[in-house]
Amino acid sequence: MESRLARILIKGGTAFTLVFLYVPLGIVLLYAFSESVGQAWPIQGYTTKWFGIAWRSSDVRLALSHSLTVASIATLTALVLGSAAAFSVHRFRFFGRNSVSFLLVLPIALPGIVTAIALNSTINVLGIPFGILTIVIGHATFCIVVVYNNVLARLRRTPTSLVEASMDLGADGWQTFRYVTFPAIRTAIVAGALLAFALSFDEIVVTNFTAGSTLTIPKFIYNNLRLPRNRPVVNVVAIAVLILMLIPVYIAQRLAGGGETAGARTQAEP
Amino acid sequence: MAVTAERREGGAVRRTSALLFRHPRGKLTLSLGGPLAWFLVIYIGSLAVLFVTAFWYLDVFTSEIVHEFTLKNFQTLWENDVYRAITLRTVGIAAAVTVTDVILSFPLAYYAARLATPRMRNALLIAVVLPLWANYLVRVFAWKIILTPNGFLNWLVELTGAASLQLGRSNWSVWIAFVYLWLPFTLLPIYGALERIPNSYLEASGDMGARGWTTFRNVVFPLILPGIVAGSIFSFSLTLGDYITPELVGNTQFIGNVIFDNVGVAGNIPFAAAYAMVPVAIMAIYLLLAKRAGAFEAL
Repeated sequence: MESRLARILIKGGTAFTLVFLYVPLGIVLLYAFSESVGQAWPIQGYTTKWFGIAWRSSDVRLALSHSLTVASIATLTALVLGSAAAFSVHRFRFFGRNSVSFLLVLPIALPGIVTAIALNSTINVLGIPFGILTIVIGHATFCIVVVYNNVLARLRRTPTSLVEASMDLGADGWQTFRYVTFPAIRTAIVAGALLAFALSFDEIVVTNFTAGSTLTIPKFIYNNLRLPRNRPVVNVVAIAVLILMLIPVYIAQRLAGGGETAGARTQAEP
Repeated sequence: MAVTAERREGGAVRRTSALLFRHPRGKLTLSLGGPLAWFLVIYIGSLAVLFVTAFWYLDVFTSEIVHEFTLKNFQTLWENDVYRAITLRTVGIAAAVTVTDVILSFPLAYYAARLATPRMRNALLIAVVLPLWANYLVRVFAWKIILTPNGFLNWLVELTGAASLQLGRSNWSVWIAFVYLWLPFTLLPIYGALERIPNSYLEASGDMGARGWTTFRNVVFPLILPGIVAGSIFSFSLTLGDYITPELVGNTQFIGNVIFDNVGVAGNIPFAAAYAMVPVAIMAIYLLLAKRAGAFEAL
C-alpha cells in the first residue's frame, strides 16, 4: 500500500523518534559516572564514587523512606476507591453517570498546577499541617484515576455473557465476583496498582505544593538540582530510581496485556 | 460441625449477595460512595476553595488575605502587559509543542500500528512508554545538560560543521524539553486510532487510484483526527500547567512560574488562584472542542 518513499520516511521517522526518546536517558546515565561536577561534553573521567556518597547521604535515606511510605498508602487507597469506582461506572446505569466518569478524569485533564494550588489553598484554609498526610491526599487523588482507568478498560473488554452464564448456573453475586469477575480483572488491578505506585514515587508538581518541608525523592532531586556541587549525587539517585521504577512498570505493561498501553492514561501528573 | 459452620457462613454471604442483588441501589451506594465522596470532598472541594480564593485579595500593607469579594486580581491579569505576555507565551509554546509532538508521533505510531510484526509492535510500545517512568525532573535535567553551551548538542553540531548551536536557557530549550516530555502522551492515542483503521479502507482507496498522499489526506487523516485531538489534550494541558521545565531550561516566565512564585515567595495566594483560573478556562474551551471532535472516545 505504502510507496517505497513513504516506507523510508516512516522508518526514518521511527528511528529518529526512538533516538530522541533514549539519547537523553543515556546521557544522564553517563553523567552519573562523571568524575567532574561540571556539565561539559565529552566527559573527562569516569568514577563510581558518587554512588557511595549517595548511599551514605542521610537526606537520601530520609527522602526514600518518605517516598515509599507515601506511595504505599496512596496506592492502597487508590486500589480500593479506584476499583470500586470502575465497577460502579461499568455495572450501573445511574443518574449523573457521565458526570462521574468525567469527574474521575478531571485530575489528569486539568493542568497539574491547578490541582496543586487548589489543594494548597484548601490545606491552608483548613489549617492542616503540611506533611506525609497532605502528600498522600494529593497523590491518592491521581492514583485513583490510574487504577480506575486500568480496571475500567479491562471490565469493558470482559464479555458480560460470562457474568450472566455464572448467574444462570446458580452462582450468587459473591461467587460470581470471586470466581468470574475477579480473575478476569486481577491483572488489571495489579497493573493499575504498580503504575499508581510509580506515579506517586515520581510526582513533583503537586508534591511541591502539598509537602511543606517534608522530603521525598523527587523533592530531594528538585532541591539539589540547583546546587551544582550536589548534581552528581542527583544523577546517581535519578539513575537508581529509574532502574527501580522500570521493574514495576515493565511488569505492569506485561500484565495489562500487549497493545493495551497502561502507561498512556496514567501520568496525570505534571 | 465444620460443614454446618461453613454452610451457615455461606448462607450469610449468600443472603448478603441476594440482598444486594435485589437492591442494586444499595450496591451502587456501597461501591460508588467512597470514591465519589473522596472526589467531591477533596478534589471538587479544593477547586471550589480555589475559585473562591481567586476573588479575595492580599492587603499589601499587612500581608494578610482579605476575605472580601473583588475582581482586582482578574483586572490586573487582563490589564497588565507583563501578565498578558506571559499568558500568550504559555499558550503559544503549548500549541507549538503539541504540533511538534503530533508530527514526531506519526511515523512511529504508523510503523507500530501497520507495518511492524506483533512482537516488534509490543517492543515499540513499551519503548515509548518506559521513558515516562524515568523521573520527570531527570528528563528535564537531561536536556539541561545536553543544551548547555559546552554540552552534547553543541559538540554534535560542531562535529558536523563549523557552525555552533548554543541554546542554553531559552524558549527553544523549553520547547524541546516539553516536546520530549509529552511525546508518549500524544503518540499512544494516535497509535490507537491508526490501529483501528481497517486495511480494506486503504486498499479501497488505492484500488480507486489514490496515491499515498491522497489516501493519507482523505482517508487516514480524518480517521485519526480524534486520536490526534485526544493526544493533544495531554500535551497542551501539561504544558499549560508546568512550572519546573521553564525554571530549569528557560529564561522567561510561564503561567505556572507566576503561580508558584505567588504561592511561595510573595504569599499572594488570591492572585495565584486567579491566574490558575486562566489555564482552567482555556482547558474548558479546549475540552469542549475536543469533545465535539469525538476525542473522548479515542482517549
